[in-house]
Amino acid sequence: MAVATSSSQVLNNVEAVRATLYEALKNDDKVVILGEDVGSRGNVFLITKDFVKEFGTERIIDTPIAEASIVGIAVGMAMEGLRPIAEIQFADFIYPSFNQIVGEAAKTRYRSNGEYTCPMVIRTPYGGGVRGALSHSVSVEALFYHVPGLKIVVPSFPADVKGLLNAAIDDPDPVLFLEHKKTYRLIKGEVPDGHYVIPIGKADVKKEGSQLSVVSYGLYVHWALEAANQLENEGMSVEVIDLRSVRPMDRTAILQSVRKTRKLLIIHEDNKFGGIGAEISAMVAEEALFDLDAPIRRLAAPDVPAMGYAMPLEEAYMSSPAKMADAMREMVKF
Amino acid sequence: MATTITMPQLGETVTEGTVERWLKKAGDPVEKYEAFLEVSTDKVNSEVPSPITGTIRELLVQEGTTVPTGTPIAVIDEVGAASKSAPAAKPVETAETKADRDTAPPKSRDAMAESANLEPVPGFNLPQLEVKSAAASSGTPTMVPPRSNGQREEAALRGVSPAVRRLAREHHIDVRNVRGSGANGRVTADDVLAAAKLTPSAATAPPEAPRAPSKPGPGNTSTYADPIPGTTIHLSSMRRIIAERMVESRKTAPHAWSMVEVDVTNVWEWRKRQDDRFERDTGVKLTLLPFFIRAVVESLAAFPLMNSKFLTEGPSIHVEKDVNIGIAIGLPANLVVPVIKHADKLSIKGIALAAGDLIERARKNKLSTDDLKEGTFTVNNTGANGSFASAPIINAGQAGIVTMETVVKRPMVQDDDSIAIRFMMNSCLSLDHRVVDGYVASGFLADLKKRLESMGPRGAL
Repeated sequence: MAVATSSSQVLNNVEAVRATLYEALKNDDKVVILGEDVGSRGNVFLITKDFVKEFGTERIIDTPIAEASIVGIAVGMAMEGLRPIAEIQFADFIYPSFNQIVGEAAKTRYRSNGEYTCPMVIRTPYGGGVRGALSHSVSVEALFYHVPGLKIVVPSFPADVKGLLNAAIDDPDPVLFLEHKKTYRLIKGEVPDGHYVIPIGKADVKKEGSQLSVVSYGLYVHWALEAANQLENEGMSVEVIDLRSVRPMDRTAILQSVRKTRKLLIIHEDNKFGGIGAEISAMVAEEALFDLDAPIRRLAAPDVPAMGYAMPLEEAYMSSPAKMADAMREMVKF
Repeated sequence: MATTITMPQLGETVTEGTVERWLKKAGDPVEKYEAFLEVSTDKVNSEVPSPITGTIRELLVQEGTTVPTGTPIAVIDEVGAASKSAPAAKPVETAETKADRDTAPPKSRDAMAESANLEPVPGFNLPQLEVKSAAASSGTPTMVPPRSNGQREEAALRGVSPAVRRLAREHHIDVRNVRGSGANGRVTADDVLAAAKLTPSAATAPPEAPRAPSKPGPGNTSTYADPIPGTTIHLSSMRRIIAERMVESRKTAPHAWSMVEVDVTNVWEWRKRQDDRFERDTGVKLTLLPFFIRAVVESLAAFPLMNSKFLTEGPSIHVEKDVNIGIAIGLPANLVVPVIKHADKLSIKGIALAAGDLIERARKNKLSTDDLKEGTFTVNNTGANGSFASAPIINAGQAGIVTMETVVKRPMVQDDDSIAIRFMMNSCLSLDHRVVDGYVASGFLADLKKRLESMGPRGAL
């Protein structure tokens, strides 16, 4: 770890996660990290590199390739007072732990009538665009956002990564923390030093605009900003909202923006059917129908089982700044 | 083409109306559905919308004059009437129009058109698009001649978004007259707003625009709204009716009076707990009134004699089938008692919404005669102005009127002899002693008190 010399430093998303985890381990000895290859290998992206040397195998725990155990053990740790941060090496591997997350962690507080809580974080890299093919490309947020009792955070800027990871670690209930792996080293930004928290459930307007509201999260926020800036040069004004959390969802921010621009485009990498965009669309239709001057539109992945490895298949699955700009143009001109 | 406007019939039993105030003068442009005069009848004051878009040619009746319904009161020159009226001169006879002709007394075609146009009731503000589509579906195609700009209209109507529809209604803009800047000529929300800025009409002016000072009369007169010492106020028909009704009720119904004090602490807490959310969800402020009305309605069900009226023919007592609660609403210049119909079928929330709607429309002078009819019992929220006790006059034709007085915190001795700070409210009842005696009346009041005290402090509305 570099010693901080000013009040902020430029980090990429990997470094932001690493710095936040390090500070958490330093500040609270109840914090433990467990997962596949988090110890001696220092995580596949080197996020926890050398942590085991400083904090020992009691707090940086290498586990077998058994995701149900990783989360299940973390649930027990959390219920008994530790602050576990469980890592699922890739989101594509999270399915064996579905029961532990949905059936146990999310319901602990309710089931025990508040006697037990489950203050744990499940970190996992997700998303495509990295030639990850079938088992290193998925988006899993829609599988979990149906579940009350679970918070889901998807930051896309380094400063948001730190503030929200701190909030997730401090949270008294389970938080699924999704890190888009294409943004890991691609995205750099100023990150304030020291401990700070960004409240879970608060969206952020990354770019203000007046003719169209674009709601997105993850990698696509960056692409949406690129497209919006291009439209700005063409004389069109697009507002870009980074959800940052998909559950709880910042309804107020979305509605405020839609009531201003009267048009809504939702962009996400996950499949369109039953995705986050479906919930946002329904919510806006319920709350702000008579403010809408155009049909709500969702730009999302097609209904195919997975992202192909072949470049044309990956490109067909993923959106792009150019595709986003086209959709934005059509909606502004509608 | 000049269209003659006649005094509308504002309610089936109304035979005459008074031109209270012209909102337009000769030479002024007027939009279709734009209010252009205020008419008062012995039941209600209301604004009358213009049936056509055009220019006022002539006002035929002075302000303050009362004329029978159907009397010509103004002439409006219709804009672009020639092209539109020509084909209408030969309407294809459908079953409907034939039936009309068969049953209605012979009228000139213009008069028929007018009476059709004047049908909209006061406060009528349906989106104009719906009016058009209704007309299109009820008539044969030949009755709606294609306009020169028909294609553009079609394009505009196809893509009317919810926002455009709402904004057009709010700003009284006919979307068909707006040039669309969107894809394929679609009218966008911004187009409507731009059009609204170009045509600032009375429609966009605040509804309660200060009245122009009435013409200073020759003698020493002033108005009810602006009384001047040493002058005489000529009564509006509304005030005259209020005076007559009060005298009638006081003279014919022997009033008796009773009061209970009610511990409303739980209801108060219940209301407070729901207040913010309720207003956010419904746009209506949650007051104590709907809770009170709900309790009154339940007590009326337990004491049906309180929900009845004395008939001098017979004489007899008619026990009402429906429970329709009038709510007395004091306005600066008069008093109106709009009625929540079938209040016994409504939840507290339903009552709150119905009352909120009536109160808002009363303040905007937009009540219809139907709103004022068929009350069977009256609730008067005298406490709103701080009254501690009052002796109200019964609404003629009912057996009683009950008040909600001001809610105050008072130290109250409880059942276990402890002293607690409780929210207390008096409720006063005036009753028609021909219908009920003290036995029923105090039973009713005790029941009302019991119901209010057992409401809340939580639960669904």
